[in-house]
Amino acid sequence: MLSDPDLQKLIFGRFSLEDIPFHEPILQVTFAGVAVVGLAVLGVITYYRFWGPMWRDWITSVDHKKIGIMYIILAMVMLLRGFADALLMRAQQSMAFGENQGFLPPHHYDQIFSAHGVIMIFFVAMPFVTGMMNYVVPLQIGARDVAFPFLNNFSFWMTVSGAITIMISLFVGEFSRATWLAYPPLSGSDMSPGVGVDYYIWGLQVAGIGTTLSGINLIATIVKMRAPGMTMMKLPIFVWTSLCTNVLITAAFPILTAVLALLTLDRYVGTHFFTNDLGGNPMMYFNLIWIWGHPEVYILILPAFGIFSEVTSTFSGKRLFGYVSMVYATVVITILSYLVWLHHFFTMGSGASVNSFFGITTMIISIPTGAKIFNWLFTMFRGRIRFEVPMLWTISFMVTFTIGGMTGVLLAVPPADFVLHNSLFLIAHFHNVIIGGVLFGMFAGVNYWFPKAFGFKLDPFWGKVSFWFWTIGFYVAFMPLYVLGLMGVTRRAQHFDDPSLQIWFVLAAFGAVLIAVGIGAMIMQFTVSIRNREALRDTTGDPWGGRTLEWSTSSPPPDYNFAFTPRIHDLDAWSDMKQRGYERPREGFRAIHMPRNTGTGAVIAGLSVAFSFGMIWYIWWLAALTFVAMIAAAIFHTFNYNRDFDIPADTVVRTESERNSMLAAQA
Amino acid sequence: MMHGDTAPPGTEAPVFHESEEHPHEASTLLGFWIYLMSDCLIFTVLFATYAVLGRNYAAGPSPNDLFDLKLVAVNTAMLLFSSITYGFAMLEMENGQLKAMQLWLIVTGLFGAAFIGIELYEFSHLIHEGATPQRSAFLSSFFALVGTHGLHVTFGIVWLIVLLIQTAQRGLIPENKRRLLCLSMFWHFLDVVWIGVFTFVYLMGVLR
Amino acid sequence: MSAAGQAEHQDHAHGHADHHGGGAHGSFKGYVTGFVLSVILTAIPFALVMGDVLGNVVWTTIIVLALAVVQIVVHMVYFLHMNTKSEGGWSILALIFTVTLVVITLTGSIWVMHHLNTNMMPMSPHDLLHHQP
Repeated sequence: MLSDPDLQKLIFGRFSLEDIPFHEPILQVTFAGVAVVGLAVLGVITYYRFWGPMWRDWITSVDHKKIGIMYIILAMVMLLRGFADALLMRAQQSMAFGENQGFLPPHHYDQIFSAHGVIMIFFVAMPFVTGMMNYVVPLQIGARDVAFPFLNNFSFWMTVSGAITIMISLFVGEFSRATWLAYPPLSGSDMSPGVGVDYYIWGLQVAGIGTTLSGINLIATIVKMRAPGMTMMKLPIFVWTSLCTNVLITAAFPILTAVLALLTLDRYVGTHFFTNDLGGNPMMYFNLIWIWGHPEVYILILPAFGIFSEVTSTFSGKRLFGYVSMVYATVVITILSYLVWLHHFFTMGSGASVNSFFGITTMIISIPTGAKIFNWLFTMFRGRIRFEVPMLWTISFMVTFTIGGMTGVLLAVPPADFVLHNSLFLIAHFHNVIIGGVLFGMFAGVNYWFPKAFGFKLDPFWGKVSFWFWTIGFYVAFMPLYVLGLMGVTRRAQHFDDPSLQIWFVLAAFGAVLIAVGIGAMIMQFTVSIRNREALRDTTGDPWGGRTLEWSTSSPPPDYNFAFTPRIHDLDAWSDMKQRGYERPREGFRAIHMPRNTGTGAVIAGLSVAFSFGMIWYIWWLAALTFVAMIAAAIFHTFNYNRDFDIPADTVVRTESERNSMLAAQA
Repeated sequence: MMHGDTAPPGTEAPVFHESEEHPHEASTLLGFWIYLMSDCLIFTVLFATYAVLGRNYAAGPSPNDLFDLKLVAVNTAMLLFSSITYGFAMLEMENGQLKAMQLWLIVTGLFGAAFIGIELYEFSHLIHEGATPQRSAFLSSFFALVGTHGLHVTFGIVWLIVLLIQTAQRGLIPENKRRLLCLSMFWHFLDVVWIGVFTFVYLMGVLR
Repeated sequence: MSAAGQAEHQDHAHGHADHHGGGAHGSFKGYVTGFVLSVILTAIPFALVMGDVLGNVVWTTIIVLALAVVQIVVHMVYFLHMNTKSEGGWSILALIFTVTLVVITLTGSIWVMHHLNTNMMPMSPHDLLHHQP
């Protein structure tokens, strides 16, 4: 770009125009698609003059409900990206046999499976889970917001910033080829000198800060802001699982942060933590990152367990069976999840004593999980079960997750693991629990709480279409991988020599197509529901006959959630209120104290994208400048002491009487 | 406020909402404490790395060749002094003595700065001798652990300066008091980490 | 980090609530006691190591470690005002949980990596000769 190489380096670091992949037709088409859609979205926003409201009501919002919704939108958008990667992989593996090299060269294929893993875990599953907790927890405990509303906004935008950094790698430079956990020495500067691993590091590092802070925030919320009367053993079960999840987040994500920082030092400064020479030990990275990695699995699944518990009890019309045992099972899982990490690398060679210890702890952790399955079954037993869409997802989960759990126990046996390690059997296992557990849980949650968030139900027909295609698609896509894994086929292969394997890969690819139809049906479900929203309208605030506090307020809830702080007498607070003839208060409304919106979170997160970009491309002036700017913005924010305002009593009276007349019209 | 739920289920007129505002207890201190616990795990990773890699000298210098315990003792004293002076600042805050509180804060900050200065001197000395972080895994993990602690102290000093300005502007209002308490926890927490550092890294390093 | 510290919650009318927190409740006597104790607990291990008083590495190590643990407790009690009542017991619960994880992470890593090193370290030239087919 510039004639003087030194000056160019000073200004642009190691970035040059060659780094934009003009020569890759797949990426060109993708880029064109993204550009067209992006411009269309920007055009629509500008045309309808949405910029102002978007900034005022959403981007700067500290309302936990809006932040929760934005998290889930982020998760769904990233799901499309991650799933596109999955389709590419399935297509490649179903054709790349013998002479045929497929359409993805190894360097591209490796980027795709790395990106798929990173995006699905960090930018689909995590925002989904955090979004659900953000939306539901304060409503279920009768609070008006989280403990630190500004921090909540900041956490969200940091997560978005990480996602943006990862997405930039698609069109500027390349992404990591070192798998979703970036194991050294492959991820070290010798083997991966390019920018790929750096995109990975900075994307995760920035998003990780957001995740840790939101974990702290939700713990403080659950501990401090429960409605009076709500003792710990009267907490709705979803709040319990959220509490345990956030404890895990707060205790595990710092470990990820530290490990990635050490890897960063290896790459940027030339230290020797995980190198092969001068005393470094790559296996220490495996050890440390799995101390984060295993709790992470439970971070994802516990909230899903909570959702299934709520859904099962609501749609069976019964109190949850074995609430206390459910709570203890959750707590036991929380602690045990820190004692199993080595089962991810039995083959590393720590020997029989270490392997048997971790094998046994792994088998033990399946016991509380199994107990939960029985609790759900007994909740359904003799219940009046309504097969609405959330319940369908729950039933499918119970079957699918049990299969996944059993293959997990197989893998927990060290000798068996020596055969199955790094095979497609493992891939099938963890997709079995993550799709069948986490994703189905989130879909159940979306269908369950959507009417609460937007005031109308989701269309059940397209919901069921999507459910069946996802469920059947999942089995068709992943059961063949179990077979292949047992035959010894390893993961992450871009090409195969043995043509007899091909039929299984073709089957798996067909399954992926079925899932694609499921995703299409889901988009259709949203579109149809928005179009038919008047017919699907929920005026009661309690469309499913719910049992917990969130159903006691209107759909969507007012900004302040509850005009009066509820007082709790029973575990299923709202069903208790309904049974004992609860009357909505009609007078005595007061002004309500609420936190004020702020743009600081979005500003700092925006700066962090620029900071990451500067670090990734060695544009040191940009990195230094944006780092100082971030600190300055944070300090500047602390000089603002005027952070709250009052919703006037008039407004509360107006909102509440509108709802009263709506309820009266219905009766 | 109606505390204590005496109505057993089934009896008439249970109260389902608070008619008065029910202020929540402030969450900031607990939240900040939980943040410190998570920070503690960052240090744990660094300690674990040092424990595992700390003897991999790669034919380079070992702790016995490098560490000057007298310097470390002086440095430890700086941190200890800063702890007690921060404590005095807190006592003045409780008494509402703004000026005295600020004075103790400044003294604390100076001790902190002295600590950082001595640490930087030690680091530059090591690097000058060729004991750079790039020399061996032992030195990498040493610099990472001690450096991260130093970085925390530096942030603490920056925060302390910000609070000096804010208390000068607005006095000892509840928000500022809460911030001073948070910084107090942060500062004492770094002290606790330093106990681990001088025991585990310096003393036991020389003992080997 | 700084952001966590700046997180605010609406309570200017209820600033007194802060006094329930973990950071308050210090007294002059408490701080001085803590300071004197920690000076002693710092001086002894430094003296033991610098003067090589015991002449026995194992015992010195054990004593130095034990004193460090005691000093950490002293700091927790006198400077961080840890007790079972602050924040309704949640602070101490968080601390116990964290200490458990710290112990698991430290001992676990050392144990796992020690076994790995014993089993998998590159063999010495002598061993290699033996293993030649």
